[in-house]
Amino acid sequence: MHSVVCIKQVPDSAQIRVHPVTNTIMRQGVPAIINPYDLFALEEALRLKDKHGGRVTVITMGPPQAEAALRKALSYGADEIILVTDKAFAGADTLATSFALASAIRKIDETHPVTLVFTGKQTIDGDTAQVGPGIAKRMELQLLTYVSRINELDGASGTITVERRAEGGVQLLKTALPCLVTMLEGTNEMRRGSLPDQLRAARHELTRWDRVAAGIEDVTKIGLKGSPTVVNKVFTPSPRAEKAEMVTVDSGRPADLAVELIARLGQRFPVVEAELARRAG
Amino acid sequence: MSNDAPVKKKRKFELDPRLAAYKGVWVFIEHERGQVHPVSWELLGEGRKLADMLGVELAGVVLAAPGDDGQRFCHDAFAYGADLCYLMESPVLKDYRNDPYTRGMTELVNTYQPEVLLLGATTQGRDLAGSVATTLLTGLTADCTSLTIDLENRSLAATRPTFGGSLLCTIVTLNYRPQMATVRPRVMAMPERQEGRGALINARIVEHPLAMAEESIITKVLDYIPDDSRDKPQLPFADIIVSGGKGLAKQENFQLVWDLARVLGAEVGASRPVVQAGWAELDRQVGQSGKTVRPKLYIAAGISGAIQHRVGMEGADCIIAINNDPNAPIFDFAHYGIVGDALQILPALTEAFRQKLATTRRAG
Ligand SMILES: Cc1cc2nc3c(=O)[nH]c(=O)nc-3n(C[C@H](O)[C@H](O)[C@H](O)COP(=O)(O)OP(=O)(O)OC[C@H]3O[C@@H](n4cnc5c(N)ncnc54)[C@H](O)[C@@H]3O)c2cc1C
Ligand SMILES: Cc1cc2nc3c(=O)[nH]c(=O)nc-3n(C[C@H](O)[C@H](O)[C@H](O)COP(=O)(O)OP(=O)(O)OC[C@H]3O[C@@H](n4cnc5c(N)ncnc54)[C@H](O)[C@@H]3O)c2cc1C
Repeated sequence: MHSVVCIKQVPDSAQIRVHPVTNTIMRQGVPAIINPYDLFALEEALRLKDKHGGRVTVITMGPPQAEAALRKALSYGADEIILVTDKAFAGADTLATSFALASAIRKIDETHPVTLVFTGKQTIDGDTAQVGPGIAKRMELQLLTYVSRINELDGASGTITVERRAEGGVQLLKTALPCLVTMLEGTNEMRRGSLPDQLRAARHELTRWDRVAAGIEDVTKIGLKGSPTVVNKVFTPSPRAEKAEMVTVDSGRPADLAVELIARLGQRFPVVEAELARRAG
Repeated sequence: MSNDAPVKKKRKFELDPRLAAYKGVWVFIEHERGQVHPVSWELLGEGRKLADMLGVELAGVVLAAPGDDGQRFCHDAFAYGADLCYLMESPVLKDYRNDPYTRGMTELVNTYQPEVLLLGATTQGRDLAGSVATTLLTGLTADCTSLTIDLENRSLAATRPTFGGSLLCTIVTLNYRPQMATVRPRVMAMPERQEGRGALINARIVEHPLAMAEESIITKVLDYIPDDSRDKPQLPFADIIVSGGKGLAKQENFQLVWDLARVLGAEVGASRPVVQAGWAELDRQVGQSGKTVRPKLYIAAGISGAIQHRVGMEGADCIIAINNDPNAPIFDFAHYGIVGDALQILPALTEAFRQKLATTRRAG
């Protein structure tokens, strides 16, 4: 039983400001955390290890600073951490990101065969939910997205049964290992790391892989070159042309304000008036 | 690094002639348990505009099992704006599963070569889109809020909120086809249904087989447990929503939102801090990390109007904001504003609407 959990380091607050002149993202001073959605994936992997034994490897592709996120994962009880970092990865979209991660996970698999790959549902910054499906396709693994529960994992027969969130219900799916699971949020609660794990987290040697160590030869598949999407423009949402029509009354009484509002509403918004009539009728 | 996709200047370029052969706009018609997800019709509405800008046909793509009503879904798609439909029927397409659907969609794309492929950003659409884009090695833009065509190079310009909605960015997929994008339910307007449009325009159905045996598919669906939709809030399709924010100060005060909603027959919505405080269920959260709604009337009480809330509700026809701070950002995009204490205004509105409805009832 060997789970590989993919985590991403993200800025803590989404309140990232844009430089008013250059329209670039100002990240300075914003603390970084593990993408909150990834904690559900990590906790699920740790639970499987509690139950079935084995190991949990945590991997991230990111800048050198992402080491902090990996050490945090160790403190929760992960066994091994791998930072995939190389300038050549810069500017990757989800296609290029999944290529690099899939390649690194294959490399891990060479020494420690992988049973399960976990990702979060999505990140809070890029927010595409595309990297999980991308890794699965690249590795030709069965894909189980939006998993709310792992019902059964049978190492002997090499099968897994999960509950998957669909639009109008829950699918009960069974598939063969190895496979990739994207974990739904709110499905478990991250444990507090034990003291020994916290101590180990500080001392543990970090495995750092560059492009070559991650098994990537073709540079046209990673970074900007390997990314079909191009961000053309980043901008702040424009305010609506007109501001709200403020409703006031001389008396200032709430009851009069309410009546005044409803009167004005009917004149300017016939759709709302019609909807109210439908409800009255 | 990885998420700092650099902002590049627009550049001139020539499309690879092999890719220039890709023509037409496609919309994936998603269905579950005999029901087409409304986001598919919303996408046809949007796809229609793109197809017209490009001067190409708009197609719906239906993957289904025989007996799933695939033909009917195609005819519905014509009524919502499609010129033709690709229909792929096979027993392995009973119930959505990643493998056969990815295989089927990929094969259709490779055979008929569309330049744009749109899918709903649902659990099904996102699962499929990510897999199809990776298989085809093309670009996929997630959760777009607006789509248009850059006529200079016929490329799809897809705009999406990012960093939790504080920013918008426009993404293009230059030298790859098809250009793929997902859009969340309720972000685009529902087009008018035109009965008989299919016959009128001679819309056609192109049937394409899927050669895939059940034995070759590893993942099996053991069961499907439908949600009990009776006690689940149905915010995205509500016509009137009354929402409360952290400005209501206390859980007890949130009852005032319910009172007004009851009189109006409305759904109750909430901002994220309200959900986090446990005053309302997660299914009621409106915004970037909650539901996108498009009601005719949205009443927001004690909500500041942060961008993450705004992106989930600004598609409402009419927004009424109640806030005691005259400078609250919500007044920048609401249609009506009342500056005052929500704890007083809400009961007053409840009473005034009660009377209004009673009067209408008597008159009608
Ligand atoms: C403004 C902006 C908009 C963007 N829009 C798009 C877009 O529409 N389409 C597109 O293809 N790219 C887009 N990108 C690029 C994209 O954000 C990056 O490729 C990013 O590295 C991965 O995507 P994500 O953050 O959306 O991850 P998601 O796909 O949301 O992540 C899902 C899961 O994958 C795992 N994961 C994700 N990234 C990593 C990582 N680096 N290391 C380890 N595990 C990881 C995590 O478990 C995570 O929970 C955009 C970037 C920016 C700056
Ligand atoms: C990644 C990310 C995702 C997010 N997703 C969402 C999302 O999906 N939905 C969402 O809503 N938020 C979301 N947020 C949070 C968002 O940024 C705001 O913090 C949130 O919307 C604020 O909620 P609020 O307006 O209820 O509370 P506040 O910002 O605290 O505003 C309260 C308002 O009530 C007013 N007020 C106070 N007392 C009264 C009174 N007596 N009468 C009338 N008015 C009064 C105040 O003037 C103020 O404007 C997200 C944030 C991040 C970082």
